[in-house]
Amino acid sequence: MSGRLESPDIALSDVSVGYGERTVLSGVTTVLPGGKVSVILGGSGCGKSTLLRNIIGLVPIQGGRIVLGGHDMAEIAEAERLDIRRRMGVLFQDGALLGSLRLGENIALPLREHTELTDSLIEEIVRLKLKLVGLADFMDYFPSELSGGMRKRAGLARAMALDPAVLLCDEPTSGLDPITAADMDQLILELRATFDMTIVVVTHDLESLYAIADHVVVLSAGRMLFQGPLARLSASDDPFIQQFLARQPSRESRILGGSWSAMVDSRRESAVGRG
Amino acid sequence: MLVGLAVDLMRCAGRALRPWRPEKPYLRARTISHLAWVGADSLAIVSVIAACVGIILSLQAAIQLEKVGAMSYVANLVGFSLVTELGPLLTCLILSGRAGAAFTAEIATMRISEEIDALAVMGIDPVRFLVWPKFVAMAVMAPLLTIWADAVGITAGGIFSSLVLGLSGKVYFNQIAYFLGFKDLLSGLVKSAGFGVAITVISCWQGFLAREGAADVGRRTTAAVVQSIFVMILLDLFFTALNYIFR
Ligand SMILES: Nc1ncnc2c1ncn2[C@@H]1O[C@H](COP(=O)(O)OP(=O)(O)OP(=O)(O)O)[C@@H](O)[C@H]1O
Ligand SMILES: [Mg+2]
Repeated sequence: MSGRLESPDIALSDVSVGYGERTVLSGVTTVLPGGKVSVILGGSGCGKSTLLRNIIGLVPIQGGRIVLGGHDMAEIAEAERLDIRRRMGVLFQDGALLGSLRLGENIALPLREHTELTDSLIEEIVRLKLKLVGLADFMDYFPSELSGGMRKRAGLARAMALDPAVLLCDEPTSGLDPITAADMDQLILELRATFDMTIVVVTHDLESLYAIADHVVVLSAGRMLFQGPLARLSASDDPFIQQFLARQPSRESRILGGSWSAMVDSRRESAVGRG
Repeated sequence: MLVGLAVDLMRCAGRALRPWRPEKPYLRARTISHLAWVGADSLAIVSVIAACVGIILSLQAAIQLEKVGAMSYVANLVGFSLVTELGPLLTCLILSGRAGAAFTAEIATMRISEEIDALAVMGIDPVRFLVWPKFVAMAVMAPLLTIWADAVGITAGGIFSSLVLGLSGKVYFNQIAYFLGFKDLLSGLVKSAGFGVAITVISCWQGFLAREGAADVGRRTTAAVVQSIFVMILLDLFFTALNYIFR
């Protein structure tokens, strides 16, 4: 497996991440298997995007090791790191398309930077990638003229521009309607099947968890609660995981100061009383 | 961060100046479109302000010089003040408020919406992609706009003097041609190029510093304009002192 950059494994050992002095997440140890879809699950603000940024190498890790296809990301030379990063496609949480460029130009950008292809060939590839995500008719639109879901799909098309070996997606389905979200899941599965990519998806969408995940990592309160195949997840007896999977509110609800649980309980009791 | 930006810009300069490996065409196109934008964006307002300042200067000069009967020296005062001081300063004040503020807002917005991260992931150096074209555009356009402002101001002052102050246009422009040296012009252009570079570096740096939220974009933009003006005045003092020492 060492040195291979076609559908590489991503091995995290005792990784801790954060910003400056502050550690957001620590003790993450797992292998995100090559050629499979790994889902990173966790509540809002638990550090999912931060972990993703560390895997990409945008933020230096605070501790531990990240080994991608046999390359320790901290030890390799800068040039090699750039080379590896070129084999990664990233879909950011809000698409992160460049607002000053039209959609077609956005997707052409990595091709213009990293290849010597002619303009007409680049246009052909861009058309193909946009067709893949169902946006072939929107090449000349600016990102601000697209809906949130369209921007996400366009971000995926851009991530795919250089045919990456690793695809990292930050909440690809959040904010999408159920049908478009299901399309997105379908697309991810197709990508895995067709291109044999290593795909990492951050989400808190349970539907898409069950639809796409091969491997699951659950994060909560600054640490890793679970890692393993999807089939083993529901067998976990961790209360947070049970609660998360059952979509139950937390007892000491952070949002309504516990009044939500109390309200649900009282409704349940009055319903039972009536029945 | 500021030092890092300066180092990155020097790296870009090194890359742009090696003829054996020219820049990618799309990057060259970006530089050209920035050049066009910076020039076109400020041309109209620079012209209007330069014309007004030319007239103001000739009026003020006339008030003083009338007393000593040296009206023809109105031309010297207008020309000299404009070319060495007010031309560069006013042009670059406008540039900091228009182009500089736009640079900060653009980069700050891109920072917040993860667009800069996206560039880095695509293996595109954000400094080369975003800052370098602005740097070139300002270093080239600030002196060019200054030349234009000088010309407009002097011409407006001349026309006004001949129409209102009764100073013959021939005397005015002869006086300008005779007394204004190339060195005066050059000192003004060096100033404006320095101002332009300072505006770009400060504006882009402030943009990169933006963190969360749209409010930060506004704060950073204000900070960039105020700091640019401050640094420009300091630079002006420095350049003018140099000019005096080596006169
Ligand atoms: N640039 C930054 N500088 C400092 N702290 C940050 C930065 N970005 C995020 N954080 C902090 O790191 C923590 C984790 O943020 P992160 O964006 O990784 O959460 P997340 O799990 O992706 O949440 P969500 O599901 O809402 O996207 C948060 O508490 C946040 O305040
Ligand atoms: Mg996130």
